[in-house]
Amino acid sequence: METLIFFIFAALALGSALVVVAHKSPVYATLSLVLTLVSTAVLFLLLGAPFVGVLQVLVYAGAIVVLFLFVIMLLNLQKEGSAEGPGAQLWAALLGAVLFLGMLGLAFRRVALPAPPPLTAESVSLKGLASDLFGEYLLPFEIVGLLLLVAVIGATVAARRPGEPASLSENEEEIAP
Amino acid sequence: MSVPVSWYLLLSAALFAIGTVGALTRRNGISIFLSIELMLNAANLTLVAYARQLDQRTGQLIVFFVLAVAAAEAAVGLALFIAVFRQRHTIDVNRLNLMRW
Repeated sequence: METLIFFIFAALALGSALVVVAHKSPVYATLSLVLTLVSTAVLFLLLGAPFVGVLQVLVYAGAIVVLFLFVIMLLNLQKEGSAEGPGAQLWAALLGAVLFLGMLGLAFRRVALPAPPPLTAESVSLKGLASDLFGEYLLPFEIVGLLLLVAVIGATVAARRPGEPASLSENEEEIAP
Repeated sequence: MSVPVSWYLLLSAALFAIGTVGALTRRNGISIFLSIELMLNAANLTLVAYARQLDQRTGQLIVFFVLAVAAAEAAVGLALFIAVFRQRHTIDVNRLNLMRW
C-alpha cells in the first residue's frame, strides 16, 4: 500500500516538474508547480513528517505560488518566443543533468542504507519538533524572523515606482504647494 | 512493505536535475525562479528523507528554515522583476545584460 502511494505521487511529482520546466506559459508552469509541491507534501507524510507536509502546502502552495501568480498577472507576460532556441545550451544542461543523476544513482546502488527504525508516536509528534525549534534552534529561528523582515522591507522598496519618495507621498504633495 | 529511503533520495535527485535543466535553459525570469523553487523543494525532500533514515528531527527543522528562506527569496526576487519590468518592459534574461560585463 505504502509502495503504491509512493509510486503514484512520485510519478505525479516528476510529471508535473517536467511540465513546470517545459511549458511555455508561466501561468501553467506555476499551477503545475502546485501539483509538484502537493505531491511532495504527501511524500513528507509518508516519511513521518506530517507537520512539514502541512507547512509545505500552506507556505509554498498557499503563499509563494500565489505571489508568483500575482506577479505574472501584474506583468502580463507573453509566452516565451521559440525564436533563437536554446540549442547547445539545452543539450549541455541535459548532459549535465543525466551525468548528475547517473552519479547519484550509482552512489545509491553502492551504499545500501540500513532499514530505518519504525515510526513511533513520539518521533512524529509536534511536541518534540516544537521544543527543538524553540530550544536548541532558537537563535536560527530569530535570525530567520529577521531575514523575513528584511525581505519584506527590501521587496517593498524594490517594487516601488521610481521617483516616488515614500508611501504617503500623494497627501504630502497636496499639502506642500 | 515499507519504501526504501534511497528511493526518496533518487526521486529528489531527479527533481533537482529537472529543476537544474529548467534554471539553465529557460529565458523567462519567472520560469527560472520556478525552477529554483523546484530545486529547493527537492533539497527539502532529501532533508526529510535523511531525517527519517537517521530518526532525528534536525532534518525537518532545517526544512523550516529553507521554507522561510525560499519565501524571502521569492518576495525579493519578484519585486526585483517588477522593478526591472518597469524599466525595460521585459524580463527575458537574454536581453537583461546590464550587469553582465
